[in-house]
Amino acid sequence: MVSTNGSSSTGTQRVKRGLAEMLKGGVIMDVVNSDQAKIAEDAGACAVMALERVPADIRRDGGVARMSDPEMIMAIQASVHIPVMAKVRIGHFVEAQILQSLGVDFIDESEVLTPADETHHIDKFDFTIPFVCGATNLGEALRRVSEGAALIRSKGEAGTGNMVEAVRHLRSILGDIRKITQADSAELFEWAKRLQAPLSLVQEIAETGKLQVPVFAAGGIATPADAALAMQLGAETVFVGSGIFKSADPAPRAKAIVEATTHFRDADVLARVSRGLGVAMTGIAMDEINETQRFAQRGW
Amino acid sequence: MQVGVLALQGAFAAHSDCLTSIGVQSIEVRNTEQLSSVDALLMPGGESSTMSQLLESSGLFDPIATRIADGMPVFGTCAGMILLASEILDGRSDQRSFSAIDISVRRNAFGRQVDSFEATINSSVGDFHGVFIRAPRIERVGDQVEVLGSINDEPVLVRQGNVLAASFHPELSNDARLHEYFVSITANKKKV
Repeated sequence: MVSTNGSSSTGTQRVKRGLAEMLKGGVIMDVVNSDQAKIAEDAGACAVMALERVPADIRRDGGVARMSDPEMIMAIQASVHIPVMAKVRIGHFVEAQILQSLGVDFIDESEVLTPADETHHIDKFDFTIPFVCGATNLGEALRRVSEGAALIRSKGEAGTGNMVEAVRHLRSILGDIRKITQADSAELFEWAKRLQAPLSLVQEIAETGKLQVPVFAAGGIATPADAALAMQLGAETVFVGSGIFKSADPAPRAKAIVEATTHFRDADVLARVSRGLGVAMTGIAMDEINETQRFAQRGW
Repeated sequence: MQVGVLALQGAFAAHSDCLTSIGVQSIEVRNTEQLSSVDALLMPGGESSTMSQLLESSGLFDPIATRIADGMPVFGTCAGMILLASEILDGRSDQRSFSAIDISVRRNAFGRQVDSFEATINSSVGDFHGVFIRAPRIERVGDQVEVLGSINDEPVLVRQGNVLAASFHPELSNDARLHEYFVSITANKKKV
């Protein structure tokens, strides 16, 4: 929501997308308490995602996953200087109102939590703080942008330690953007229809060659090489969820993933930081997950 | 002339786009080899604690400090300004800075993202539309430092010799006049 006081305005799209710009080239880490948040900040995270359970545990426990306890989020806010994000259920705008009242820096309207609305996502223009939303393809990304999202991330398949779905989503989103830049003006109408996305946004992509907001990678990233792969595919930052704190030795792995994200094209650096990190999280192959238990299909 | 944009983390791509828009060639700097090929360095916004750590791990901290001491022009915005300041308040205790400009800055002093704002800045270089993201505040300005721009009588754009620093983000407002100003500092220095 835009508020103006004299010559000064808050909550504008420029201010919201501005914070997304500041996160580029960095690593956003899932943390469940202030100790983990400090480890993340010490390792060079550019932001933390505060949540009660990492996606791997949400997957294991089953049941309904909701917004985290405000007390736990506040403890994390008090323990670090970097931006703090938190998740709300898809469509649960009251959880978002609560997070805004806490002064959280970014809200993730996330498929990792159990959706609260089967038809509607949150009207994100209604809020002063920015939102990040997941997408599996360009149509979904553009629908979220049209609702006011300031940042798009791949959904991937969270909590699996397996990045095959994140790669699929990034290739789909960024590949279609490349194709649209080659389309003629008549073909853009067909693209808008096929993507079920506003024509004006499709035309804007054809002109600028990029999505209106930054595209980050998320879902299954567990190693420095995974982070660098996402970056080389065209992601601008990576979210690492279960991959750090479900590994044998989180602190050195966190630091290595930060360095790999910065030096993502430098194989010598990647080789150096990948050495001796101990055991990565075990991970789950996609055919081991029942269709109904896949997070990525939540959201519309 | 080649301008480098420190590309360890943050809004480096937006700065490169700004430089391109005024016809200035720029390269992303992530290692010492890239640093040695630039005449000037732009330090973008982002997270200053992340950048501090990556400056150490990439071995760039000391070479950049040497280049600044030798007179290389630098322009820091937001987190970049924090890295250049002589004193950081509310930073991490282990956070190092280049002490290239005699100012004290308080990290995130304008508040969290909910308080981030855009507003008009009156400056001797011209009036700017400033975008402030979880912005730092300049709480003290040394005798040698020139205040070029302010908002509500508070300094937001300062210069000391070849060092330029802003608490806001000129790269986010489609306005490259400050980049032009920085390039002119670099061009004048080359002539000397």
